[in-house]
Amino acid sequence: MKELSLNILDIAENSIAANASLVSICVTQDSHENLLSIVIADDGKGMDADFLKMVTDPFSTTRKTRKVGMGISLLKLIAEQSNGNLEIISEVGKGTTVKATFQYDHIDRPPLGSVEQTISVLVSCNLNVDFIYEHIFNDKRFKFDTREIKKILKETPMNNPDVILWVQEYIKEGIANITS
Amino acid sequence: MKSLADLEAIRQKTFNKVNLRNESKDDTRIVVGMATCGIAAGARPVMQAFVEEINKRNLSDVYVSQTGCVGLCKYEPIVEVYAAGKEKVTYIKVSPEKVAKIVSEHIVNGKVVDEYTIGAVEK
Repeated sequence: MKELSLNILDIAENSIAANASLVSICVTQDSHENLLSIVIADDGKGMDADFLKMVTDPFSTTRKTRKVGMGISLLKLIAEQSNGNLEIISEVGKGTTVKATFQYDHIDRPPLGSVEQTISVLVSCNLNVDFIYEHIFNDKRFKFDTREIKKILKETPMNNPDVILWVQEYIKEGIANITS
Repeated sequence: MKSLADLEAIRQKTFNKVNLRNESKDDTRIVVGMATCGIAAGARPVMQAFVEEINKRNLSDVYVSQTGCVGLCKYEPIVEVYAAGKEKVTYIKVSPEKVAKIVSEHIVNGKVVDEYTIGAVEK
């Protein structure tokens, strides 16, 4: 994976597979602390303590859970290579929260990349799931919430190409506004 | 600058389109493999290229969707095309560059791009 936004897409797909109805993604850039953090939280079916223990190991997962194993372990590796770490909190029936941190200016930290494409893939391919994307840059904040969008769009689906491209532009501009 | 107000205009535009259409049985679904293997191989830019091409050509009965790992990871990015009344077509190692040809020849004109399909490689 060349961009962290691809890892975000990958981890969020786990939330979809866990039957989440709301997935919150938050990217925080803190230049004072030299920190980048990515939090992906869902209200899906969650994991029990035994599964949680082995979820970061790509070789201990069964075929059925193969996708979970690879994606999480990749993100863990990238976080640790960038002087950060990966933390997972999960409770059966409540949901899962994955938090990855990175040293912002670490030479091995991949670029964030196209978050807007990641979010647009998620919202346009999972019409029954709601997504929140928050981007925090020091004390500035941008927030995108599909529940607000769907209220305006009514019967027009989120996979309409005009809507997809609007979502991308809206997020791209929103992030640029707070980071520049 | 994009604003939430733009959505109302998009809604109005699609509402008119939907009213012009009779049925949704003729829909074509383009399904992109979006598991770890697909994403790592470049599935996201491929999906993006399909969305842009469909929008450019104003194709109102074509949808892009995603699926998980289909077990052919070495052939990712994999794209499956489901057209009404036709057999599924599986394209492998799809790149954004191949998308324009798939859309113009297959989606619009109904002629499968054989050289990009899994059949062409598995022979």
